[in-house]
Amino acid sequence: MQLLPCGPDALLVELGSLREVDAVRAGLARAALPEVAELVPAARTVLVAVRPGAGLDGVRAALEGIDPADDAPERSGRTVTLPVRYDGPDLDLVAETAGCSVDDVITTHSQPVYTVAFNGFVPGFGYLTGLAPELQQPRLERPRERVPAGAVGIAGEFTGAYPRPSPGGWRLVGSTDAELFDPRRELPALLHPGDQVRIQVLE
Amino acid sequence: MTSPAASATPSRRVAVLRAGPQALVTDLGRPGYAHLGVPPSGALDPGALRLANRLAGNPEGTAGLEVLLGGLELRAGAACTMAVTGPAAVLHVDGAAADSHAPVHLDAGAVLRLGAPTQGLRNWVAISGGIAVDAELGSRATDLLSGLGPAPLRDGDTLPLGLPDGLPVGADVVVPTAVDDPLTVPVLLGPRDGWIEDAARRLAATSWTVSESSNRVGLRLEGEPMPRAAAFEGAELPSEPVLTGAVQVPANGLPVIFLADHPVTGGYPVVAVVLPEALPALAQARPGSALRLQPAAATARRPRR
Repeated sequence: MQLLPCGPDALLVELGSLREVDAVRAGLARAALPEVAELVPAARTVLVAVRPGAGLDGVRAALEGIDPADDAPERSGRTVTLPVRYDGPDLDLVAETAGCSVDDVITTHSQPVYTVAFNGFVPGFGYLTGLAPELQQPRLERPRERVPAGAVGIAGEFTGAYPRPSPGGWRLVGSTDAELFDPRRELPALLHPGDQVRIQVLE
Repeated sequence: MTSPAASATPSRRVAVLRAGPQALVTDLGRPGYAHLGVPPSGALDPGALRLANRLAGNPEGTAGLEVLLGGLELRAGAACTMAVTGPAAVLHVDGAAADSHAPVHLDAGAVLRLGAPTQGLRNWVAISGGIAVDAELGSRATDLLSGLGPAPLRDGDTLPLGLPDGLPVGADVVVPTAVDDPLTVPVLLGPRDGWIEDAARRLAATSWTVSESSNRVGLRLEGEPMPRAAAFEGAELPSEPVLTGAVQVPANGLPVIFLADHPVTGGYPVVAVVLPEALPALAQARPGSALRLQPAAATARRPRR
């Protein structure tokens, strides 16, 4: 765990893996420090920002009490079921790259219980980890100018769904009707860091 | 642009006769949602918006307007009080000159015209009762990156107003925002200054020019491109969270200072972060103006407020 300076009111915690990111994010969330204004996980880092002038001593002390190797971080307790229709335009490409059939891709993609590692890109876009190794594939060589809302894709170690139409380079395997982001809902994002996600296959 | 509040009090609204180059509904934004991918957004100079609201008799965080280079014409549907803050700007009510940085009374039907500021870029307009469009994630601010909040104002729009719940507050002298050119911007090095060769010296030594392509997402700088340190040449940085004020150096080596509508994560190294108290001045940096970065090591802590 390395602490990098990030202006007067924040620290960037650099870690070795997504698992460590999850442990630190969960540990800081559990500490519930009143001065923390933002707690933002990403692929190898966690940003902790405090209210201006509140000081970072409390954050540093809390980090000392967190073991990034703790492999059973407290989950948010939420499990979200995502209904997915496997009708993506890149199914054949994904199957060919994985060296299996399209049916195998559907089985392999729909079986794991995924974890929301972090959100980013656009509001409500969750980066889900737990993807089977054979589905960990590169982005498209030429990104699409417009990916429709609800498209389910894979890229590198992640899978995820596009909350709204946007450009995108992920290989698309399916689609969901789930409302991934609604700013007027009390919980605007369907997927929060730490949530578990199961896929329900729609025919 | 309508809301239930508008139909309940049909005369409490303003008509946008002319929107000018860019006029946005704004307030104090959506802090605290970065982990959901939501930018902070909100007024680029929160202090100026708070001041405008106090002058107009509103709570400080009430939704008002952020206006780029004037050109705005509003017609009051009901008697109301408006206040304009930011750099000194010329305003007219029904053709008669009126003061910025003071409460301005408008009778029902009166037209306020806001000219471009003589220096700088942006002014803030508060209207008694505030702009009562629906909030999204607790804010009515337009976020140009994520699309949250109402669309930028267009000629012919109608903005619903809330009910005033305070009295306009006059003051003998309210000083307009000063605009410096060159602008000196203090930054703290890190988190990724090591990725750029001799980052502190290069940041400080270059006379940067504010680029034409700057906007609320980021202030883009032109100058001597900053090369990668040898150890990081060609290295890929996994996307990491970024803050408002982050000075990011993308592949072309020219820094971008992230402003309120910035993406919450970025895949290029952030070499320094602007001190929060220096951010409002960035809202006034005109394209073509000069900007100096003044880096300090992160350990040289400024006195706590």
